[in-house]
Amino acid sequence: MAAIEILDLEKSYLVGFWRKRPKLALRSLRLTIEEGEVFGFLGPNGAGKTTTLKLLMGLVFPTAGSARILGLDMDDPRVKSQIGFLPEQPYFYDHLTARELLNYYGQLSGVPAKGRAARVEQMLARVGLSDSAGMQLRKFSKGMLQRLGLAQAILHDPKLVFLDEPMSGLDPMGRREVRDMIQELRHEGKTVFFSTHILSDAEALCDRVGIIHQGELRGVGAVAEVTSQKQGKVEIVFCAQAVPAGLTSLGAEARVSGDMVNAVLPEEQQDAALEVLRRERLKLISLTPVRRSLEEYYIQKLRPTEGQREREEDRKGVGA
Amino acid sequence: MNSGRRNANAGNPNAGNANARIGYIAFNTFREAVRDRVLYNLIAFALLLSGASILVGEISIDVERLVVVNLGLTAVSLFGVVIAIFIGIGLVSKEIDKRTLYTVLSRPVRRWEFVVGKFFGLTGTLVVNTVLMAIGVLLALLYVAHRFEKMDAWVLVALYFIVLQFLIVCALALFFSSFSTPLMSAVFTFALFVIGSLAEDLRGFARITQGVGGWIATAVAYLVPNFSALNVISQVAHGDAVPGRLILYNTLYALLYSAMAISGAVLIFQRRDLK
Repeated sequence: MAAIEILDLEKSYLVGFWRKRPKLALRSLRLTIEEGEVFGFLGPNGAGKTTTLKLLMGLVFPTAGSARILGLDMDDPRVKSQIGFLPEQPYFYDHLTARELLNYYGQLSGVPAKGRAARVEQMLARVGLSDSAGMQLRKFSKGMLQRLGLAQAILHDPKLVFLDEPMSGLDPMGRREVRDMIQELRHEGKTVFFSTHILSDAEALCDRVGIIHQGELRGVGAVAEVTSQKQGKVEIVFCAQAVPAGLTSLGAEARVSGDMVNAVLPEEQQDAALEVLRRERLKLISLTPVRRSLEEYYIQKLRPTEGQREREEDRKGVGA
Repeated sequence: MNSGRRNANAGNPNAGNANARIGYIAFNTFREAVRDRVLYNLIAFALLLSGASILVGEISIDVERLVVVNLGLTAVSLFGVVIAIFIGIGLVSKEIDKRTLYTVLSRPVRRWEFVVGKFFGLTGTLVVNTVLMAIGVLLALLYVAHRFEKMDAWVLVALYFIVLQFLIVCALALFFSSFSTPLMSAVFTFALFVIGSLAEDLRGFARITQGVGGWIATAVAYLVPNFSALNVISQVAHGDAVPGRLILYNTLYALLYSAMAISGAVLIFQRRDLK
């Protein structure tokens, strides 16, 4: 069963003060996320990531389309007890302590009273906030709030977790902790849908990624597949203080750093390049095929498609 | 976490019941208000005013009781209304602005439960505040009169009517804040409180006005909350009794009016996008 089935979900807002006109925030999104999958929803700021999450959480209402979550209609109240949500830059009731907040959310999520307190302590320990459990949230740092946000999202042991920019604003250590937690959720068999614009995180964590830009889904692909595509080039690293002339004539793009040279050249020139190194008696360190990075895939998908260019021109034409 | 552990809500699709959730939200709202320092400042101010009424009472020969009851209950009423508006307007909008609502509504909480829970939480806060301020007034009364008399029981009825006023003010603040900014909600609610306090005069004016103007005046007079019927401060200050029928009518009126305002807030909030 698919964990999330988004069926042509669309959202437009009315903007303008006097003459209200619709502004499309999300264009007919169709996407399926399988159970147990870690899915990264990538896109620049304002791309439509948060709008999608808000639609799925029932915080905003779709202009068109629908979605099914864990086999139920997204409006079905039963869905909510099986999902967890961490909003972007979460803000909680700052008059509460971390323990009180989790207890309150546990009550609202229907976590049985018996065992709720133990569950809260378990979650606080899991995110490393046991020592601050009695402190009011107004004294929490951003990183602590983010960790608490994760704790509240998984407090009721949901099957599906939605995380909106979970690494946003965190220091490297904090990001590492969040990454580890997402990995743990994967091992527990949870489905994780998270939005981010930090590509290295997505590459390290996700099974699949979807790229959204200007409210439109530009592409969906398995990370392993996307990053295994060869580029028809090889990268040769060897010991030298200068680039041999023979290598330059083969069309290599080389960079010298200290006693090492890093050269990228067409795959068909690989044997010839090795011959040059042998001839010059240079020590080979590595030879690897150049693969496409997630970043390249992302940049490629962000470029406007033919259809978009046409739509843009039509819009300008109508505007003129 | 143990991967093999059962889902915490397994077999519990509705994850608790609506009444319980409303109760949790109400308690959290109450707790938030109780921990707000501004609230204590307002209560302290109201108590100070009650205390000051002793001073004014002492220089008002033979009418000490009248002055203390009048000033004390007016202070309770005014400060209570200020607290009701001050907290009421932020109940929903603050949660949207600060996005605390996101983590609540992404749980098995329906929007109407949230609004009703907030209303009960604020009402509970105001009842507790009123009890505190009422103790101040009664102590002031005891100080100037040296003992309680039978007619002082009507002061409690006046306090009960003040609580009914708060109920309506809370509901109105919640209603306006479900679609408007906090500032505008405060202006609307306070304006309605002032107009509603003159409701009897408005009704009198409507009765003597003819034609379309009369129709409009009648509609407005009956649409605005009748706070003047809920104000018996002057009556009880003079030691006059409050008819039992008025207590019943006022109770029903306040409950009905609040229910309508809350229903309106729910209807609007149900359809609102939380941007």
